[in-house]
Amino acid sequence: MNGIRLEPRAQCPWWLNLLLPLAAVGAALVLCSGLVVLAGADVLGAYSKLFLSSLSTAFNRVETVVKAAPLVFTGLAVAVAFRAKFWNIGAEGQLLAGAMAAAFIGGRAGLPAWSLVPLMILGGALAGAAFALVPAVLKTRCKVDDVVTTLLLNFVVFYGMMALLDGPWKDPLSGYPDSPDIRAEAEFPILLRATRLHLGVPLAGLAAAGVWLLLRHTTLGFEIDAVGENPNAARYAGIRIATVTLLTAAVSGALAGLAGVGEVAGIHFQVMAGLSPGYGYTGIVIAMLARLNPIGVLPAAVFFAVIITGAEAMSRATGVPVFLADVIQGLALITMLAALMLTQYRIRRDRAAHE
Amino acid sequence: MESPPLLEMRGIAKRFGDVRANDGVDLTLEYGEILGLLGENGAGKTTLMNILFGVYAADAGRIAIDGRAVRIQSSADALAHGVGMVHQHFHLVPPLTVLENLMVGQSGRGLRLDRSFALTRMYEIERRFCLQLPPDARAADLTIGEQQRLEIMKALIRGARILILDEPTASLTPQEVEGLFTALRMMAARRMGVIFISHKLHEILAVTTRVVIMQQGRVAAAVLNDDTVSKKRLAELMTGHEITPPVKASTAPGRVRLRIENLETRGGARPSLKGIRLEVRGGEILGIAGVSGNGQAELADVIAGVLPPSGGTLEINGKAVSRFTPREVQALEAGRIPEDRMGTGLITGLPLRSCMVLPRIREPRFSRWGFLNHRAIGRFADQQIRSFGIKAAGNQVRTGTLSGGNLQKALLARELAWEPTLLLAAQPTRGLDVAAARFVHQRFLDLRGRDGAIVLISEDLEEVFALSDRIAVMFEGRIMDVLDIGDATVAQVGLLMAGVGEAA
Repeated sequence: MNGIRLEPRAQCPWWLNLLLPLAAVGAALVLCSGLVVLAGADVLGAYSKLFLSSLSTAFNRVETVVKAAPLVFTGLAVAVAFRAKFWNIGAEGQLLAGAMAAAFIGGRAGLPAWSLVPLMILGGALAGAAFALVPAVLKTRCKVDDVVTTLLLNFVVFYGMMALLDGPWKDPLSGYPDSPDIRAEAEFPILLRATRLHLGVPLAGLAAAGVWLLLRHTTLGFEIDAVGENPNAARYAGIRIATVTLLTAAVSGALAGLAGVGEVAGIHFQVMAGLSPGYGYTGIVIAMLARLNPIGVLPAAVFFAVIITGAEAMSRATGVPVFLADVIQGLALITMLAALMLTQYRIRRDRAAHE
Repeated sequence: MESPPLLEMRGIAKRFGDVRANDGVDLTLEYGEILGLLGENGAGKTTLMNILFGVYAADAGRIAIDGRAVRIQSSADALAHGVGMVHQHFHLVPPLTVLENLMVGQSGRGLRLDRSFALTRMYEIERRFCLQLPPDARAADLTIGEQQRLEIMKALIRGARILILDEPTASLTPQEVEGLFTALRMMAARRMGVIFISHKLHEILAVTTRVVIMQQGRVAAAVLNDDTVSKKRLAELMTGHEITPPVKASTAPGRVRLRIENLETRGGARPSLKGIRLEVRGGEILGIAGVSGNGQAELADVIAGVLPPSGGTLEINGKAVSRFTPREVQALEAGRIPEDRMGTGLITGLPLRSCMVLPRIREPRFSRWGFLNHRAIGRFADQQIRSFGIKAAGNQVRTGTLSGGNLQKALLARELAWEPTLLLAAQPTRGLDVAAARFVHQRFLDLRGRDGAIVLISEDLEEVFALSDRIAVMFEGRIMDVLDIGDATVAQVGLLMAGVGEAA
């Protein structure tokens, strides 16, 4: 009988970093094919709709890129935090906090028109950072588990937002729990005529470059990696772990907040219940697939934007429910986490020491 | 007809990537033999033993016990074939009693544990091998030596006839080492086989009957341990060249580098320090001997600036340490070689170059305005790799891929590059082979010659005696006594380590 065993790996070969996310996504798609069959559709047909519809026309391609912008921000937010082992599961809430700050500032009549966009960006980033700092302070001061606090704050922010939208902040002209529209001068400029390609899209690309610079070329990035890899050794080396954790949380929250700013100023021009279909959570999957590399976040975000936009076309054409996109996301995270084991261990078939 | 040996390993081969950890190793163990297994770090001893104990699968080769071919795919298989292993790090369940630890993993009758049966077996083993332990003591309350005894009993109660001991004496007092040797000899008298891995040549000479020396994944030599074998001869066989002991030049005591007065800590779960008083001058090595867990780690943490004391004063180079942060201590020219290389010294997940500049990353030569100077960092790392002969495939490799000896060289290079005037070194040569240990010792003596002061915390008495100018012995958070090297004897230090004698 031949067994299978795991053996520690001395080094992770570079090609594995590219192969693993692809393999994880592939495995997730294979696993999901069962659901497609259950929905009574043809697997290849459904998947080709899922992937190709969002890339079929120039307009769809631009839409996909627009959809990718918030995912880039949340993916970066999670990647930065996870590098320092600050388990920020709260990008969703920080995104909403940033969106609310942007909508609030963008609706102020008293502010000069030219100041609106910069103030919204600043305010949204600060709001997101504030909501990430709460769990970070609790973690560094009181050793409260950051997974739990960041996750639960999502619900606090979401339901707090709904309470505002159903009450004091409700648009009197609308029957729905929506905030009033922001001023026209507060809207992000459109960069390509007859599309929704707004200022937030290049900002997301810029943010990826910025995070790369931060992690690769600054002392803070160096210390983030040190704290993440071994906080004890970092402390003995004189690195202030609490300070690094707080700064990381602030950067992470600010990035997630910017995702919200882009959605308000570039797409919806108001805050409402469906503002984020779980962009914060998708950010976790994106960051993991990118192996916490800020440049890797870009293709990973585009990939999920393809799936999210493609899901509706697939649903219309084949009757497979749009929720398949969510199942793929969830499964891709699980398969990627399983695949990450291969960076540490290699699988060996047993042909052991015997005759 | 010649009867088969107890254990025979033939043509064992194992590769890790491009490295041939074992390259056709043949090893036999006779009945009643205590076999010493010697070799430099990375020679393949541990890999070979891990194959025998079922941790790794060999790429090729076969194993026979009692002349019958066996397949060992897991530790359970190994135990079933009578192979037991005592690792450097123990695998006990601290809140359970001695007897309960012996019963873990043993099948009882149905769901019921059979206490009286286990007790009978335990007493039988105690009688046979002179291994006494109180059956109802909690494992957490045992000393290191007793915990090791319990590990050995665990292997024996599972029916081990081949016992592998990996660096078994690292944390024992000289008296405990003697006790261990007695037990091993009694096992040999009962036709059991023992494989004894150690870097301490005098122990290999004292207890083994035959010595096998490994080099680069192969058996380089095997010698009977008779009168013709000496420490010098073993070291030569191991390294392929002669090893000369470091020469300790006489130095005149310089200015006071470290002064500790009435230092106290209240450590909660950790042992607390009580009334520590020490002074170390430039050109002096102060050895701190003691069984681990008697406050040495806490003393090191106070000096490193991570454990603020509850009372007393600490002065480094004439300046009182007040805030007790690692940065403050570093600024006073204190370097640190921690006991736990991978835990608190280096970061195994980072590239080697990052580890080389870890405590100094904010210095202007490595970063300005918060931006890293990658070129300077790389140059510095390369320079250290060259001058300390660190074996690594470039400065970008993950630090964790270096061998133990090279990790220690990297740490040493990093700390000495800043010309510290006070160096705190804890277990600096644990797990290092003779040549690497020799290298470390020479660097310490060089620093001593440059008016540096060294606090050497070590459980290896041979090392403490070879390097120290004075020896302080710690027991239960106190300094029992400080002896001049000229007056100190191993027996005396051993007794002080066990708490016998007046506290200073």
